[in-house]
Amino acid sequence: MRQGSEMSKPTTNAGPFFPRDRNWHPKAMSPGYKTSVLRSPQKALLSFGNTISETTGPVFGHNIIGELDHDLIQNYAKPGESAQGERIIVHGHVLDEEARAVPNALVEVWQANAGGRYRHKKDGYLAPLDPNFGGCGRVITDENGYYAFRTIRPGPYPWPNGVNDWRPSHIHFSLFGSGFAQRLITQMYFEGDPHIPLCPIVRTINDPAAIEMLVAKLDMNHTVPMDARAYRFDIVLRGRRSTMFENRMEGN
Amino acid sequence: MTKLEYLKESPSQTAGPYVHIGCTPNFVGNTGIYKEDLGVRMVNAKTKGQRITVKGRVFDGTGAPMKDAMLEIWQADGEGLFNSPSETRGKADPYFTGWGRQPVDMETAEFCFETVKPGAVPFPDGRSQAPHINFWIVARGINIGLNTRMYFPEEEEANAADPVLGRIEHRMRVPTLIAKQSGDKYTFDIHIQGDNETVFFDI
Repeated sequence: MRQGSEMSKPTTNAGPFFPRDRNWHPKAMSPGYKTSVLRSPQKALLSFGNTISETTGPVFGHNIIGELDHDLIQNYAKPGESAQGERIIVHGHVLDEEARAVPNALVEVWQANAGGRYRHKKDGYLAPLDPNFGGCGRVITDENGYYAFRTIRPGPYPWPNGVNDWRPSHIHFSLFGSGFAQRLITQMYFEGDPHIPLCPIVRTINDPAAIEMLVAKLDMNHTVPMDARAYRFDIVLRGRRSTMFENRMEGN
Repeated sequence: MTKLEYLKESPSQTAGPYVHIGCTPNFVGNTGIYKEDLGVRMVNAKTKGQRITVKGRVFDGTGAPMKDAMLEIWQADGEGLFNSPSETRGKADPYFTGWGRQPVDMETAEFCFETVKPGAVPFPDGRSQAPHINFWIVARGINIGLNTRMYFPEEEEANAADPVLGRIEHRMRVPTLIAKQSGDKYTFDIHIQGDNETVFFDI
């Protein structure tokens, strides 16, 4: 990790991204997660160095964010009511691989309610919907790459993969950095959940250290007494090279 | 000794079957949280350039159309400039976002983007890239988002000189990246797996 003042210096250059370590990420074909069998390319990916088409990407203004977008306890609730379940704060920094803050990153989240039920017409789980919980939120990181949500801890839920597979409690995260090649969707899990090592989706990731990166830690320092516990979840996006020594055709 | 210490990228996970809840909540009837789903409108009345419609379906390894995929596109404006702070060559059309997000229809499995035809953009060595639209596809069963590009069939000469298409060793796979045209409408079907598999990128 970079030291001193450089640690908090945001990335500003527009160079190519560090290559993705595709042994660290899950492989496309992971037969334990059955749906991946027919939804994974069989042919090798085509590699080429980033062009301006990959190094650029949309960056969203804070003006798209509504007052309650970061508060899932309130943003679907009737006036005077709130979502049911364990009240938590989920917070952390979005960094790049050089540990530099990624400011203005759009972070979108979605999740099931406290009983493991999603507000989605395709979810037929018998656990009931919570009339005060929608399950989506979004924030844009500040100049230090910091973000925070308030929500309820989602419940585990069963899914038709093996005959008795249950997802761990999790929150889905979608992230934009500053270039389209940084685009990332992942899932956050909760420290100590015994379902984590059993889950075929978690186990699409081979390296235990990579799984550990997706496990949010209980953060008593940021817990609000008599109100909400806190979980800390830092997210790392791809780093960028300097453009200083890029190849140019002779004469350019 | 200098020790190299970098953080690792957060590993990807599937977007799952309920990606709409977070990314396109209004599409699944979860209204009242966001005024409008992000990325549904790329153009407005003031956008410059040739209006086009890009539609298609995403097929799995049995040839069945996927009904729970979500697609995002990223492209240059009509003049070949990106609406991004990382764009260093000039200022893109402020009335064109360059970025779109669409879920596929849960019945027909079709996606549809209303956009403009992008201009050509340079390759790092100074050559020109043929006009193209970057695609990113996520869904249940896809563990890490799939990157590909759509090219335009009427740009035969530019496509023949395109440095990325030129890297495709098996030339019979090049047409998997070229849309079919009917006036201002383009159809770009994506085949995740099998004989007609779309070329996907590690970028």
